[in-house]
Amino acid sequence: MSELHPRPGPPLWLLCELTYRCPLHCVFCYNPVDFSRTGAELTTADWLRVLAEARALGAVQLGLSGGEPLVRDDVEIIVAAAHDLGFYINLITSGVGLNEERLQALKRAGLDHIQLSFQDSTRQMNDFLSSTRTFELKSKVAALIKKYEYPMVLNVVLHRLNIDHVGEILAMAKTMEADYVELANTQYYGWAFKNREQLLPSRAQLARAEEVTQRFRAENGEGMRVFFVVPDYFERRPKACMNGLGSLFLTIAPDGCALPCQAARMLPGLDFPNVRVASIKSIWYDSPAFNHFRGDAWMKEPCRSCPEKSKDFGGCRCQAYLLTGDAANADPVCDLSPHHHLVTEAVARAERPFVSEKPLVFRDHR
Amino acid sequence: MTTIAASAKPAIGRGLRLQWEPAQNAHVLLYPEGMIKLNGSAGEIMKRCDGVRTVSEITADLERSFATTGLGDDVAAFIDLALQKKWLEVCS
Repeated sequence: MSELHPRPGPPLWLLCELTYRCPLHCVFCYNPVDFSRTGAELTTADWLRVLAEARALGAVQLGLSGGEPLVRDDVEIIVAAAHDLGFYINLITSGVGLNEERLQALKRAGLDHIQLSFQDSTRQMNDFLSSTRTFELKSKVAALIKKYEYPMVLNVVLHRLNIDHVGEILAMAKTMEADYVELANTQYYGWAFKNREQLLPSRAQLARAEEVTQRFRAENGEGMRVFFVVPDYFERRPKACMNGLGSLFLTIAPDGCALPCQAARMLPGLDFPNVRVASIKSIWYDSPAFNHFRGDAWMKEPCRSCPEKSKDFGGCRCQAYLLTGDAANADPVCDLSPHHHLVTEAVARAERPFVSEKPLVFRDHR
Repeated sequence: MTTIAASAKPAIGRGLRLQWEPAQNAHVLLYPEGMIKLNGSAGEIMKRCDGVRTVSEITADLERSFATTGLGDDVAAFIDLALQKKWLEVCS
């Protein structure tokens, strides 16, 4: 067993998805498309237990996410407990539900950082893509984040419908005095996978966006750090997803389901343990679901004999499953994968002039 | 070769946090959604950068603590690098 599944280090990164509920309806959301069928949310006491157990194992970076975490009214309690335990606490929010009173309370509780999402640089597009009227509210929240002296990280998920606005998005971030900007190209899971045809940009769009980003960096120096996350569909080698499942990252879903990545719930045949009945220690070190993709015994060819397997771990298990139907296959982003054509065909389809054959599916209860 | 003044008072950069992590047996520098695990000497230097002590005081304290001499250049070089990476800032 120990050879098959090497014992990992501690789960240094803990992501608590406090709820799948969200006032927004983003077309690129990676939450499960059947999120409304998930069981009851963990209680405050459950979350506090999760934090204490994970911290005891060595977890130190904490993400509070969702859904929209601020839908819950106990975020302040959770933050205070996490701060006392010594976590560095990142709140990942749309800004909806964050008023000055709450921000003050979160600051007092010891919140370290807020990552605020925008959908686009204009009210019209932001509001269209999230199917809400939230642009002005988000702008107010951005000002509050500065007022309370938080490092401000703006996150904008890029795709075909907004990637041509990268220049405007960066200008907006500069006006808001953001410290970091993440231009994160859409990853195709959940709702985003459902909308892939409409969201995947063309190569020319991507090249222009990278060029605009480079120019902005050259003109504006290091004051604002800009990260441009390339969409992996355009690569020839897969991303080292999660640094290998079960090596660093532990996600707890709203219902207490423990996952090696926030999308892993879709992987069939794995019985993901629940924190209501199992300790974080037993989940991380002993559960079959977490051990399954550790090491390389699970790999098939071409990964198994590939010299790069220790570098990219065969890529993303969820992407392999979504595209090929088998989570143990090579991530088809890799051009050594016999399924690579599934990716290149999707990219080729994105070269066609945009014709809206299918309507966008906005994230919603179903 | 270094640029930091001996009288400068470096401090941990805004929005960053330095702490000792027993599970990693190391000092780590925490920042939005990221973490740097520091090696032993980097950790010893960083934990003395409190915005009160000067670079020469930090060097003297390290030399005392580790019963050695001649750390000045290494300390200054590391502090230069850390300033460049914004792990540290100099309070004025």
